[in-house]
Amino acid sequence: MEALYLLIPLALLLVAIIVWIFLWAVKSDQFDDLEGPAHRIIMEDDDKVKEKTDNEPSDHK
Amino acid sequence: MFLIQLEHPLHRFRTSSHKICLFYEKNCTMTHNPPLTPCFHCGLSVPEGLDIQVNINGNNEAMCCYGCQAVAQSIINSGMGDFYKFRTMRSQKAREVVPEFLQQLKAYDNPQVQKQFISEKSELTGDEQVREVSLILEGIVCAACIWLNEQHLNALPGVISANINYSNNRARVRWDNNRISLSEILESITRIGYLAHPYNPDRQQAVIEKEKKQQLRRIGIAAVLGMQIMILAVALYTGGWWGMEEPFRQLFRWVSLGVTVPLLLFASSPFFSAALRDLKNKRVGMDVPVALGIGIAFSASVLHTFQGSGEIYFDSVAMFTFFLLSARYFESGARKRTAEATEALLNLQPAIATKLIVDSDGGYDHQKQLNLSVAELAIGDYVLVRPGEHIPVDGTIIEGTSGINESLLTGESLPVIKTVNDSVIGGSTNTESPLVVKIDKIGDDTVLASIQRLLEEAQNRKPTIAKMADRLASKFVAIILLLAGGVAVYWYQTDPAHWVAITVATLVVTCPCALSLATPAAFTAASGQLAKLGLLPTSATALETLSRATDFVFDKTGTLTQGNIRLVKAVSLTDDDIEHHLHIAAALEAGSEHPVARSLIQAAGETTQVRPSIKVSQLDNKAGAGVHGVIEGTQWYLGNVNYIHQICAQSISSTLLAEHQISAMTLVALATETKIVAVFAFDDELREEASALIRKLKQQNKTITLMTGDNEASARRIASQVGIDNVYANMKPADKLARVQSMQQRGAIVAMTGDGINDAPVLAGADVSIAMGSGTQLAAAHADLILLSNHVEHLYAGYLISRRTLKIIRQNLSWAFGYNLLAIPAAATGHVDPWMAAIGMSASSLLVVLNALRLTRS
Repeated sequence: MEALYLLIPLALLLVAIIVWIFLWAVKSDQFDDLEGPAHRIIMEDDDKVKEKTDNEPSDHK
Repeated sequence: MFLIQLEHPLHRFRTSSHKICLFYEKNCTMTHNPPLTPCFHCGLSVPEGLDIQVNINGNNEAMCCYGCQAVAQSIINSGMGDFYKFRTMRSQKAREVVPEFLQQLKAYDNPQVQKQFISEKSELTGDEQVREVSLILEGIVCAACIWLNEQHLNALPGVISANINYSNNRARVRWDNNRISLSEILESITRIGYLAHPYNPDRQQAVIEKEKKQQLRRIGIAAVLGMQIMILAVALYTGGWWGMEEPFRQLFRWVSLGVTVPLLLFASSPFFSAALRDLKNKRVGMDVPVALGIGIAFSASVLHTFQGSGEIYFDSVAMFTFFLLSARYFESGARKRTAEATEALLNLQPAIATKLIVDSDGGYDHQKQLNLSVAELAIGDYVLVRPGEHIPVDGTIIEGTSGINESLLTGESLPVIKTVNDSVIGGSTNTESPLVVKIDKIGDDTVLASIQRLLEEAQNRKPTIAKMADRLASKFVAIILLLAGGVAVYWYQTDPAHWVAITVATLVVTCPCALSLATPAAFTAASGQLAKLGLLPTSATALETLSRATDFVFDKTGTLTQGNIRLVKAVSLTDDDIEHHLHIAAALEAGSEHPVARSLIQAAGETTQVRPSIKVSQLDNKAGAGVHGVIEGTQWYLGNVNYIHQICAQSISSTLLAEHQISAMTLVALATETKIVAVFAFDDELREEASALIRKLKQQNKTITLMTGDNEASARRIASQVGIDNVYANMKPADKLARVQSMQQRGAIVAMTGDGINDAPVLAGADVSIAMGSGTQLAAAHADLILLSNHVEHLYAGYLISRRTLKIIRQNLSWAFGYNLLAIPAAATGHVDPWMAAIGMSASSLLVVLNALRLTRS
């Protein structure tokens, strides 16, 4: 059972990492538009018409 | 010449005896035609004889109209034919882009106007003049539309970036103002078949966004940390069962405490601040027991952790927090969606006026114009109002004669003829010819502002039906608090060692969770269902009241009817067939914005498919009477019955009127100098689903009333068509409000449906109000529900959903109370272990949520 003294801190570390990732995701607008990316991934590559390439759908805040 | 053209393709389908052709009666339009091909762009059937095609991805595809053709062609030309592969829904029927529309767009380039919704991005200076605007897009039906718009906008030279949010159809466009103007951007969106309106994402919106993110953070952290705590709690519970070494037990307590502290500080903080606010205002809401439960459970657990003995309740703290936060998040999501949709209805019309600059001698010149925002107008200014434009503020006509459509203010469906020295009301629409208006009143003195005041008064006097759930809950809360106090005092005296554990178990087991989830969960599920119908509720109370409504009151124009008049019947009185006459009439009216003229032109275009080029000379428009013109040497007159009577001394016989049942309609006759050749009957067409709605509501034993500002005759006619017995005509906004208030005094719960500015006060005064999405912003802004789809029959479906919602809420509440009735005595007498309390609490919350989810099944 002594393994718990190692496993619990490890678990807490994991939790900390998950929380950090989650906060980052919220901050970078990952939850703003939950439908769009699903459609974009299908359509985006197929356009050969654009003269410009600088239209990544990124945040510009 | 046009006769030869008319001989052409459409005559093939004509039956032999066509002396009197009746068309535009419901369900009989073009029934004699074979099945038609659908338009490749919008899916509507392609009219017979029309042969326009666009080469799309290698195939020639048929188009139903020139609007669709232009749109499809410009999509193909810009190389985005893939749109047609990707899309999952047919596009909306495209409009032809008319020069007037483009002229209106130009107003958006005006710096005064741009100030309202454009942000300058100064950090990117240099040669570029970067600006950013938020747009609401109309006509988006599926994901491919969004792709198309994004690609199209990004391909425009001068556009720096364009992003569209899939969930709310809002676009954010950045452009370089030196290379492209805003009106050009808007125009290019129109070219591919969509409509874009700039809007102002005001500070409130930003605050809501920020709040939403904060909520999301809280939920996420409560979930992640909560799971961790739960793992430890399960270990402790099973340890309590099977035996566990004390050092590990104590370790688990400390770790749980360590994980709970950040959760409590960050995620649970809203409950504490809300409870504090409630106490300050001397109210007891749901937040007080929640905060108390969390606070006591946490304090007791901390105490036990330091003592190294006794139970800990950290898992209950986490679960409480997570469940309640989620419920509130979803509820506010439903509200936000409604708010966004309402916002889409607002600010659509740029508040711009064309001011005529006055010379030194007091005169004005039509050429010296100045575009400015309505707020900048002053009394005594001269404004030019073109056909199709709104009259900006109250004033007097100085020059010109025209039909003014005041339907939004009065409910009257036909324009009223006004000429020099007549007063006009701000908010009405000019339909025929340009007018110069001198401004008499601005700001608070206008008719519009007085209606606004009436509306505010009505809202203050609105009967408040307290929310059932809140009413019950606050009583319940008071009882729980008293009970917990009693339990604490009792056990402190009889068994001081266990009083904390038992008091906490009592508070935990009562589960404010299930209670406070009961309403929001059902409301969220229901508003999701309603949104599919295009019906957006603004609050749970709105649904509750709708489900209990006893009286349904409807406005006429724009609610039960389409709000614009259509050609209903056309009768030829000569040997020539009616299409021939219709084309002459349409040619005479070609330049007019009058609704009668527009529907004539539309009817002519829809029935014969080929537009004969008829040349009219010496066209002369007599406002309020009719038009006169010469075609191929023949004098033609088109106008109302009086005008035609003056011309050719003939009247329309009453037998003819009776035969075609058109006596109560608006009649326009086409005549030569000697005789009447054709009669056209117009009517504000009933919405197709209106009769079905009324019939179904009647089956539910609801009292139906029609209230309109329009005249008695047309009100009666519409009422008899849909089957309404109680009709009140010629009602001013204040009359409607008084009538509804007297109904309420009789004990009726009134649901009012309307669309116009004149309905706004009565909407505010009714117990529950439904505004049509196509109506005015004033009506929509104060309504409890907004019918975006404009499909009135959905109101009935909405009513049924509201009934089911109320049923679910009742079930949820009874479950929560029933559970408590059993659990509280058990807990108060010390028979509930903490793990039982925790399981009971979660199970009852889960049950409430699952029950609410039943609403999402149709």
